[in-house]
Amino acid sequence: MEYQAKELFAKHGVTTTLGVVVETAEAARAAAENLGGVTVVKAQVKAGGRGKAGGVKLAKTADEAFEHASNILGMEIKGLRVNRVLVTPATPPEEEYYFSFLLDRANRQYLCIASVEGGVEIEEVAKTNPDAVKQIPVDPGTGVDEEKARAIATEAKFPEPVFEQAVAMIQALYKVFVDEDATLVEVNPLARLAGDKLEALDGKVSLDENASEVRHPDHEEFEIREEADPLESKAKDKGLNYVKLDGQVGIIGNGAGLVMSTLDVVAYAGEAHGGVKPANFLDIGGGANAQVMADGLDVILHDPQVKSVFVNVFGGITACDEVANGIVGALDILGDEASKPLVVRLDGNNVDEGRRILSDRNHPLVTMVDTMDGAADKAAELANA
Amino acid sequence: MSIFLNKDSKVIVQGMTGGMGSKHTTLMLDAGTNIVGGVNARKAGTSVELGGKDLPVFGTVKEAMAETGADVSVVFVPPAFTKDACIEAIDAGIGLLVVITEGVPVQDTAEVWSYLQGKDTRMIGPNCPGIITPEESLAGITPHTIAGKGPVGLVSKSGTLTYQMMYELKDYGFSTAIGIGGDPIIGTTHIDALEAFEADPETKAIVMIGEIGGDAEERAAAYIKDHVTKPVVGYVAGFTAPEGKTMGHAGAIVSGSSGTAQAKKEALEAVGVKVGKTPSETAALMREVLSALG
Repeated sequence: MEYQAKELFAKHGVTTTLGVVVETAEAARAAAENLGGVTVVKAQVKAGGRGKAGGVKLAKTADEAFEHASNILGMEIKGLRVNRVLVTPATPPEEEYYFSFLLDRANRQYLCIASVEGGVEIEEVAKTNPDAVKQIPVDPGTGVDEEKARAIATEAKFPEPVFEQAVAMIQALYKVFVDEDATLVEVNPLARLAGDKLEALDGKVSLDENASEVRHPDHEEFEIREEADPLESKAKDKGLNYVKLDGQVGIIGNGAGLVMSTLDVVAYAGEAHGGVKPANFLDIGGGANAQVMADGLDVILHDPQVKSVFVNVFGGITACDEVANGIVGALDILGDEASKPLVVRLDGNNVDEGRRILSDRNHPLVTMVDTMDGAADKAAELANA
Repeated sequence: MSIFLNKDSKVIVQGMTGGMGSKHTTLMLDAGTNIVGGVNARKAGTSVELGGKDLPVFGTVKEAMAETGADVSVVFVPPAFTKDACIEAIDAGIGLLVVITEGVPVQDTAEVWSYLQGKDTRMIGPNCPGIITPEESLAGITPHTIAGKGPVGLVSKSGTLTYQMMYELKDYGFSTAIGIGGDPIIGTTHIDALEAFEADPETKAIVMIGEIGGDAEERAAAYIKDHVTKPVVGYVAGFTAPEGKTMGHAGAIVSGSSGTAQAKKEALEAVGVKVGKTPSETAALMREVLSALG
C-alpha cells in the first residue's frame, strides 16, 4: 500500500511525505488539524485507480477531512474494503513525472521506465506518445551508481532545475529496489512541487516473497492480514500453498504445474455437470505425508462452497503407497470432520500398492478413479449432486 | 544421443551432505549417474558413502573438477546460499549447472544470469527437477523409474507435469526430459531446449509444457516457426488461474492481460503446434504424431 511504500522510500532516502495513517474518521480529523492547511485523504488499499473510485479527496478543513474519511472508510475499491486512510499535506504538483524500476523477466535483467510527460496517466502516454516513455535496461551485475543514474536522468530528460535531485532520487530508488529485494518500485506521480522540489507523491513497491523469506523477516509487518481471505490465512499459518477460488470442487495435488493443470481439467469436466468449478489451488508439494494431507483437507473442508474434493497426486519421489497412507492417516486425524466425498487419483511409482492401501481401507467417502480426466469428471459430478 | 547430459557426464553435487542432497545423490546413483563427488567447504577431505559408493567431498568446485574431471554440478544448497554456490561453479568453469533449489530470491538469480554472460556454463533452473537422459544419466530429482529411452524430447516448466507426461508416454520413452523451472528468471529456456532437440538425431518429436506467467511460450512459438522442423506438441497449464495470484511457482502469475494460458495456447497453435486441453489429450496427440512417424 501507498503508506508502506512511502515508509520504504523514506528508509532509503527517497524524498517523500509520509503523512498520517488512520483507521477512523475522528483520527483523520485530528491528523488534518495537526498537519494544518489543506490536506488530502487517501484510501489505502492494494489497488490502482483509487482516485477514480472516489477514494482520494482534497480537504480544506479538518472537518472536511473528517467527512471524507467517513465516506472513504468502509467503501470498496476493486473488491477491497478500505480500512485505512492516509492524511497528507496537499502539495499541488507543478509537473508530474513517472519513474519505476522493475524486474524484466523476458530479458532477464532489470528495467527502468521513466517519463517526464504525464505521471498518473502513464499508460495513456505510452499509447499516444511512446517516445516520451523511456525504457532503460539495468544490468543486475553492475546496478545503478551515480554515473548510471546520471545517464538515466539524461535519457529521461529531467529538466535542469530538478536534474540533480533526480540523479540522487534515482540512486535512492534503486537502493529501495535492491536492498528490499523488490520486483517493482514505482513512483507515480513523481512530482515537481513549487520551488523546484522533487518529491515522490505516491508509490508502489512489490516485494519478492522468496527474498522476504530468506533475508527480510521485517517484511512480514507489511502483510495486512484482515484483507486476506480467512481460508488463505489459515493455510498460510499451516505452511500450505493455497489460493481460494470461486467454485465447488476442492483440489489437492502435488506440484504447482500439476495442480494448475488439475484446476483446468476440473473446469472442463464441470461444463458437463452444471458448470461446477475448482474451489481452490492447493499444492502440498512432494512430501504428501499424513499431516500435510490432513492440514490440506482441513482447510478445504472448511470452505462452505466445497461440495466434493479431488485429490490428484502423481507419485514421483514420494511413491503412491506413501501418499495413500497419507490420505488414510489424514482421514483418521480428521475423523468426523471429514464430511464431503473425496475422489482420489493416484498414478506413478508404486501405484498398485497405493491403490491397494486405499481399497483395503474402504473409506465410505473415498472414490478411486484411475485417470486424471476420469477423476475430474467424477469429482465434478459429485459436486453437482 | 541426447541433449546436455549423457552417460559420459561426470557429476558433482553441491550440497551433497545435506538432507535433500544425500537423498537425491543416492537416487541419481540408482539412475546410473556417474557421480564423482560432492562439495562442502566445511567437510573437505572427508568422504560420504551413498548408494554403496564412497564419494569424496571437496572444498571447492574448482578442486572437485581438477581431481575428478567433473563437467556437471547439481546444486542442492539452501536458497540463501544458492547465488554463491552458482558463482563458484561458474568461476570454476563447470559446463552444466543444474540448480534444483526452490525459493531463491529472484534478484540473486538475476545477478547469477548477468555473471554467466560470456562464460562457458549452461545453467538449468533454479526451482526445477533438473534433467534426465533415461538409462544414461540423471542430474536432478526426476524419478528415473518412470520411463526409459525413446524418441520423445520433453521440456517443461513444471516438475510434476514432466513426470506425468513421461508416465503417459512411457511406452515410447524419452531422449532427454528437461525441467527448466517455474521461477521468473531461469537459465535454460524452452527455446534453448527446442534448439538442442532439433539438432539431436535421437529426438524425433518434442513435447513442450508451459504455464501461465511471462512470455516464454510465445517466444518459443516464434522460434518454432522459424527454426524447428520436428513435430512439436504443446500443453499449457493455468487456464483457470485468477489474475494477480501466484500459483505455486514464483513465476506463475497472470498480470493484467499478459501471461494468460489462452494467449500462450493461441501463440503455439498459430505456428502449427498441436496443444492438448489436458495432459492426457496432449499425450494422445503425441501418440498420433509418433505413429505417423512410424
